[in-house]
Amino acid sequence: MSYRILEKKVLIPGQTTLLVVDAPHVAKHAKPGNFVILRTSDKGERIPLTIADCDPEAGTVSIVFLVVGKSTAELNTFEEGMSLPDFCGPLGKPTHIEKQGTVICVGGGTGVAAMHHIAKGHAAMGNQVVAIIGARNKDLLLFCSELGSFCPEVLVATDDGSVGHKGFVTEVLKQRLDEDKNISEVVAIGPVPMMEAVAKVTKPYGVKTTVSLNAIMVDGIGMCGACRCTVGGETKFACVDGPEFDGHTVDFAELRMRLGQFRPQEQESMALFQHKCKCAEGK
Amino acid sequence: MSESSLKAAKRPRTDMPTQPPMERIRNYLEVALGYTEADAMAEAGRCIQCKKPLCRKGCPVEIDIKGFIGQLQKGDLPGAYKVLRDYNSLPAVCGRVCPQETQCEGECILGKNPEKTGGPVAIGRLERYVADTFAARLAAGDSACIQLTGEAACRMERPELRVACIGGGPASLTVAGYLAALGIKVTVYEALHEVGGVLVYGIPEFRLPKDIVRREIDAMKALGVEFKTNWVGGKAITVQELFEEGYKAVFIGVGAGLPQFLKVPGENSIGVFSANEYLTRVNLGRAYDFPNHDTPIFKADNVAVIGAGNVAMDAARTALRLGAKTVSIVYRRTKDEMPARHEELEHAIEEGVVLRCLCGPMECLADENKRLTGLKVQKMCLGEPDASGRRRPVAIEGETEVIPVELAVIAVGTRPNPILLEATKGLKLNKWGYIEADAETGETSIHNVFAGGDIVTGAATVISAMGAGRKSAKEIAKRLLGMDL
Ligand SMILES: Cc1cc2nc3c(=O)[nH]c(=O)nc-3n(C[C@H](O)[C@H](O)[C@H](O)COP(=O)(O)OP(=O)(O)OC[C@H]3O[C@@H](n4cnc5c(N)ncnc54)[C@H](O)[C@@H]3O)c2cc1C
Ligand SMILES: Cc1cc2nc3c(=O)[nH]c(=O)nc-3n(C[C@H](O)[C@H](O)[C@H](O)COP(=O)(O)OP(=O)(O)OC[C@H]3O[C@@H](n4cnc5c(N)ncnc54)[C@H](O)[C@@H]3O)c2cc1C
Ligand code: SF4
Ligand code: SF4
Ligand code: FES
Repeated sequence: MSYRILEKKVLIPGQTTLLVVDAPHVAKHAKPGNFVILRTSDKGERIPLTIADCDPEAGTVSIVFLVVGKSTAELNTFEEGMSLPDFCGPLGKPTHIEKQGTVICVGGGTGVAAMHHIAKGHAAMGNQVVAIIGARNKDLLLFCSELGSFCPEVLVATDDGSVGHKGFVTEVLKQRLDEDKNISEVVAIGPVPMMEAVAKVTKPYGVKTTVSLNAIMVDGIGMCGACRCTVGGETKFACVDGPEFDGHTVDFAELRMRLGQFRPQEQESMALFQHKCKCAEGK
Repeated sequence: MSESSLKAAKRPRTDMPTQPPMERIRNYLEVALGYTEADAMAEAGRCIQCKKPLCRKGCPVEIDIKGFIGQLQKGDLPGAYKVLRDYNSLPAVCGRVCPQETQCEGECILGKNPEKTGGPVAIGRLERYVADTFAARLAAGDSACIQLTGEAACRMERPELRVACIGGGPASLTVAGYLAALGIKVTVYEALHEVGGVLVYGIPEFRLPKDIVRREIDAMKALGVEFKTNWVGGKAITVQELFEEGYKAVFIGVGAGLPQFLKVPGENSIGVFSANEYLTRVNLGRAYDFPNHDTPIFKADNVAVIGAGNVAMDAARTALRLGAKTVSIVYRRTKDEMPARHEELEHAIEEGVVLRCLCGPMECLADENKRLTGLKVQKMCLGEPDASGRRRPVAIEGETEVIPVELAVIAVGTRPNPILLEATKGLKLNKWGYIEADAETGETSIHNVFAGGDIVTGAATVISAMGAGRKSAKEIAKRLLGMDL
């Protein structure tokens, strides 16, 4: 079985891409917060990517990825009409969504895509969703208009101030928390340092804070323990116990270290891939 | 036993040709090379064809061992294969991985007095020989049915009779092969991207070449079995949905793959792997061939493996092949209590694996970057026997040691994976979280839902998983075809 790519949208050239994949059984069962594991070839590594959106009727699943290494670089070479050999999901526990009032969803970088599906789920449940998104500059902002279609407020922060607040999403978040005492939950998805910073900001306010941990995974169904994280002093498997956890109890330092486990091998793999690409181009 | 037959058996067991230890630790190829025809005939000749063969009772699926060896003695290879296939759908696998010394060979009469008889008949090696040789002699045009049943033709397909298996390990494969030969349409849903269960993600290539598993799976495909990989039961499809889609029965064979950890400090340090992660990276991900394959694993000079079962031996021998200079097996008890197959333990020692017995892991030590630097162990001695009759390891107060290692693999057992079980309402579990299944049929608390293998018994053996699959398959066939088989 293979999974056809029905649509490819380059969101940021060379960096971030959206793929719409034909996978009806995944689309049928996918909920916000779920992810898939895919491979780009029969020699490929199993890599997890969050389901950024799904359409059960059309039988499609959208993923948005940032090119960081060999597998994502290879994924970026796929065009419309081509097929992925492996696409497994939906995995992980879905986001806990209940009617609760106002929820702030914070997204950074590519994490905005994953956050989008969760925000959409909260909005569908009837919660007021405040989206706070950040990027280095205006051109790198993702999902701004999509979020605007169902969030009454979309607050933006950019490093260079090209749009919205100049600075970090955490500063916007803090301001919002100061203004409004009725926030029931903050959801943060993005790079580890950003999620860690968000959890730090919300802690004094005592607001429930949910983060999504992007630990290194292998099987994604609880059989290997590669994805283990320490949460509240206990070892949890991000793929089956999460990926979402209480941000105030996550050991972020450990997560950061574990994400660096295979750095030399990853660099070797990427260098080889880039070399092969150059050769293929006849350079 | 008559005098003449005893004489016939007096030759010692025929050795298995193997790759020399120092050569094989530099490759990932199979260690045991297999009998030649002369070896096989010599070994088959040792079987005295007992009137009341004891060996058969030692085999969990009660293979007619005397029967298949008898055919081999007569030089009838297809006949021998047919006997095996009547009981065992993966003889090439079992011949390689069964713990024969505690099963069939443990009961063989010739094992009772080894000085006089030369030891038990090497049943497993003969089983492997028959399966491999038969497969090699199959002509290109031969039907898959010959391979799967030993018969020239299978039954007509009955596409309206559909059965689903969840999990693609030996238990489900047995169900699929058996039912497909009867014309029933089987679909296997496997969570990973390759079918075979532990046979592909756990047991390494050097002990069980993946081509052998693939050969069996290809034969099943030729008989119409459909394999859906990347489908997680309970996530991508539920048991109820399977019935709604028209399946008449469902077999659950999802294994017991949830790794147990030690719960000692420092266990999440970089360089500490569960055996499942380590072996899955290397076997399923082919990390031994990195960067040609993408899945990484890192090499380490000094490795400790905690545990002493088959899984631990596989991990230790894998580490050697990945270039480790020292590999230690760290075990709380002594060599005599080690649960691994004898052959695996012997091969591991030949290859240079060091046994550190009477050591209980206390802590994983790491540097400031959270990278493992050593394993702190508590020295033990053997005390009074416990409930299992084994002498209990007792800590020697104050005696600890640090084994310097950069990589540690934890192989201390597994538990049932709850994903499918939690998603299946009405499925009764026992107090350890395994599925409760009828001992005769394998039926669970849900009508027409069957289960077998490790998910029912806890981690066991390939042949017992297959035995369970066979029982369920028979019952399913009986219900669907209305016949007693
Ligand atoms: C639940 C989950 C959801 C994710 N969702 C997204 C998403 O929607 N979009 C997105 O761009 N990224 C997502 N990621 C991260 C993504 O999986 C990694 O970026 C990807 O695996 C990198 O592979 P690579 O070969 O391109 O890079 P590599 O060179 O292999 O690695 C680059 C970095 O990615 C991380 N990484 C490497 N291998 C894995 C692995 N098998 N599993 C997880 N992380 C790994 C490591 O920190 C590594 O340093 C998610 C991760 C998880 C666990
Ligand atoms: C490293 C290792 C070495 C071993 N060595 C030996 C040996 O030498 N001799 C011996 O006899 N036994 C050995 N065993 C034990 C033996 O392999 C098992 O007892 C046997 O494989 C159990 O078979 P099974 O079909 O029940 O499950 P498994 O082989 O575990 O297969 C279960 C399959 O189900 C899949 N699955 C899990 N959850 C789901 C889901 N929700 N949906 C779909 N699919 C799912 C898994 O991915 C897996 O492929 C060893 C085990 C290991 C781990
Ligand atoms: S299946 Fe295993 S136990 Fe049974 S006869 Fe063969 S090797 Fe022996
Ligand atoms: S017990 Fe041993 S000698 Fe007797 S039939 Fe079985 S294998 Fe042959
Ligand atoms: S990825 Fe293997 S247990 Fe989570």
